[in-house]
Amino acid sequence: MSDHHHKETFVTKYIFSQDHKMISKQFLVTGMFMGIIAVLMSMLFRLQLAWPDTSFSVVEAFLGSHQTDGIMDPDIYLALVTIHGTIMVFFVLTAGLSGTFSNLLIPLQIGARDMASGFLNMVSYWLFFLSSIVMLISLFVEAGPAAAGWTVYPPLSALPQAIPGSGTGMTLWLVSMAIFIASSLIGALNYIVTVLNLRTKGMKMTRLPLTIWAFFVTAIIGVVSFPVLLSASLLLIFDRSFGTSFFLSDIFIAGEVLHYQGGSPVLFEHLFWFLGHPEVYIVLLPALGITSEIISTNSRKPIFGYRAMIGSILAIAFLSTIVWGHHMFVSGMNPFLGSVFTFTTLLIAIPSAVKAFNYVTTLWKGNLQLNPAMLFSIGLVSTFVTGGLTGLVLGDSALDINIHDTYFVVAHFHLVMGVSAIFGMYAGIYHWFPKMYGRMMNKTLGYWHFWITIVCAYGVFWPMHFIGLAGLPRRYYTNTNFPMFDDLADINIVITLFALVGGIAQIFFIANFFISMYRGEKATQNPWKSNTLEWTTPVEHVHGNWPGRLPEVHRWAYDYSKRVDPNDDDSDYLHGQDFVLQTTPLLELEEPS
Amino acid sequence: MLALFYIFIGVAIGVSVWQITRIMDFRGSIANDKDNAAHGKYAIVFLAFLYAMMIYCLIFLNVIMLPESASIEGEHDDRLFNITFWLIGVVQFFMQFLIFYFTFKYRGSKDRKAKFYADSHKLEFIWTVTPAIVLVGLVGYGLWQWNNVMDLSNEDDAIAIEVYAQQFNWKARYAGVDNTLGYGNVNFIKGINTMGVDMRDKNSADDKQVTELYLPKGRKIHFKFRSQDVLHSAYMPHFRAQMNCVPGMVTEFGFTPKYTTEEMREQPEVIAKSIGINKIRRARGDDPYIFNYLLLCNKICGASHYNMQFKITVVEQDEYDTWLSEQPTLTEVISKYK
Repeated sequence: MSDHHHKETFVTKYIFSQDHKMISKQFLVTGMFMGIIAVLMSMLFRLQLAWPDTSFSVVEAFLGSHQTDGIMDPDIYLALVTIHGTIMVFFVLTAGLSGTFSNLLIPLQIGARDMASGFLNMVSYWLFFLSSIVMLISLFVEAGPAAAGWTVYPPLSALPQAIPGSGTGMTLWLVSMAIFIASSLIGALNYIVTVLNLRTKGMKMTRLPLTIWAFFVTAIIGVVSFPVLLSASLLLIFDRSFGTSFFLSDIFIAGEVLHYQGGSPVLFEHLFWFLGHPEVYIVLLPALGITSEIISTNSRKPIFGYRAMIGSILAIAFLSTIVWGHHMFVSGMNPFLGSVFTFTTLLIAIPSAVKAFNYVTTLWKGNLQLNPAMLFSIGLVSTFVTGGLTGLVLGDSALDINIHDTYFVVAHFHLVMGVSAIFGMYAGIYHWFPKMYGRMMNKTLGYWHFWITIVCAYGVFWPMHFIGLAGLPRRYYTNTNFPMFDDLADINIVITLFALVGGIAQIFFIANFFISMYRGEKATQNPWKSNTLEWTTPVEHVHGNWPGRLPEVHRWAYDYSKRVDPNDDDSDYLHGQDFVLQTTPLLELEEPS
Repeated sequence: MLALFYIFIGVAIGVSVWQITRIMDFRGSIANDKDNAAHGKYAIVFLAFLYAMMIYCLIFLNVIMLPESASIEGEHDDRLFNITFWLIGVVQFFMQFLIFYFTFKYRGSKDRKAKFYADSHKLEFIWTVTPAIVLVGLVGYGLWQWNNVMDLSNEDDAIAIEVYAQQFNWKARYAGVDNTLGYGNVNFIKGINTMGVDMRDKNSADDKQVTELYLPKGRKIHFKFRSQDVLHSAYMPHFRAQMNCVPGMVTEFGFTPKYTTEEMREQPEVIAKSIGINKIRRARGDDPYIFNYLLLCNKICGASHYNMQFKITVVEQDEYDTWLSEQPTLTEVISKYK
């Protein structure tokens, strides 16, 4: 394949490219663009929550007919939170994260020329692009975009009489998601096949970097769970457009009884969360994989408990498919089911705890190179712990009764999957930017970006737990109708200020990203002194990744600071330096790994 | 306030742009020992910030929290919550310390050599088993409490009350003398019969439809929830109670009120919270806040979701009996309407 060069035109190189490295960059830039939109939306609704009675000209400028004198309408508030959630969960943290790094790293780290199917990989990106376009078009529909929450529970999402966003906006949402799921499935199948079949000589499954394990398992979860959301979306389309009654029954609205009989909204909740919960791990696992790799490299130490890490990834993946009911403790399902889901849910705490402890132990007695990527990885461990711990409260059905759907939940999931995953994504971008663009990102801007972002992330989401414990429900357009929440107003203002500063601070990143692309320092072949295969490829991209033969692997990815005398930490490095590429053959005195 | 805000945003953006152009002139992409030393220290500064914020919120935001449970069943919720919160609080402080202290302590330098430490079955065993044991305790207590709350069989003397949701208000129906609610379905909605009660059902005759919820102290209430249009959720935070209202099905929840509304107003926690609220309200020139139990909608249901509330009043049994006897039965209401 390598000696068979295609003639490349602008179109085949930059647009309809089948090269995994280019597709990865396409995913990244599209994901970033969607991310900017979702962040701007969150800033708009944070303004509303902090100063509900204040007129803002930005609101007037952005929301057009959906505002009155600079104060947004309740409908568009709900639409903003809906689309913010949808874009962040699916377009940024699924496609933007997994799509970028699975595509970039799977072939490079397993020693393959490209994905198993370059064509399907291209189709996967363009379907994602199409779904993004459809989602963006839905923002400009006259009645407003989908506004039933990102979980789109029917009947609200099925009946335009119930909320205007459930008209054309919702149709476009469903179409966009259906296309998105197709893209995601094609991508995931490609990742699985590539990891299973295209590993280079010597790359046993037990020598794979944890990034690849994470991407691989993520892809499997996606293949298992995304089709269920597709069927839920299709059934909802049937209910909405063809008069079936899968999810609807006994409805009286706008002065008339509708014909729907025998369906159940609870069924939709089951189908939705059968994807929805694994989706949390689809978002999180790649970030954890990236973090494992970066923490190990920058600690100059092997990742602690490599096999335990793989074990926990597999355990989390398995458990993630049997815990969805913890989103539905008060949905009216049988309380016995609630008991089962409480049990399985709290089981997930065990592999998660193992992962957290293993990260901390990896830092212990390391030689920490505090690059921006490393700081974001450490930040991920911090927010993952903070957000994960409150899961013990929410996963316990008895406690969930009273904090279900309050801001406590919002704080919990933003920390554990939102902030953590985006930190993983940032870490990955800072770390692999030289591999993508052949140039380095500026570290000073990276530092500014990190410290402001983590302070703001905690400033937003730590106090938010407490307004949840005060009983404040989420998705309220304003709290002013409840005097019992009057004393939360100041906290809401503080949260909004942190959110605005945190949002604006992302300019540091965006600027750094685009300026470095053209003006950044030229990268060397292995800038982070890393062991993995991607750093044996030339800086300038070549089709097929390695100009000559594919590399051969002799060891695992984590031989950092290996010593001649394994019991003496002060003895010389085994190979004369504190890292050993996976392609380095074993010395006679080394134990095979 | 607003002008200040725009100035603030403007300055923030200005500073960012200025900084970015300045910083991009610095070359440098890989952390050197100077960076490691600096950011190791910042990690400690950040840890201090995090601790300060966590402690501040834990102590000073206590006053805004919900008061102690106003239902007997909720007492165990409060206890379980306290146990869990202490536990995760300790772990949180400990883990954050390790993360950022290690970042500082082991910040890289040319003189430092990392320890090759890839595995320890003993350590991994410890941190698999310890969480497992702790979780057995939490899950055990949690499941016991869950069954305790959700089990509504064997509650013969419980008062049956239907709570009925629609965009965007709440109604309630009391079962009357027979303590059995008549059948209801949207197909029977007609005129004044807005909850769709089937009047052919003999249990319906003495049902009473009301727009305010009165509950007697010390009696188990067996709620049945219905919705006529979209999903709603009946959230009664003071009683540690919540259940979705689902069109097409009847959902249930039960609890026993522990304090009357009057008694609750005398609770020190409620008084403290009310003082804080009233300070804010006085400054705005609003009426003073007096504590009331509330039922809030807690499932996104449309434009006025944020204002879908229902007042609950808990009174002594005799007062409750008097109030209920004053409410007309559905039969009376419908015959008068005709």
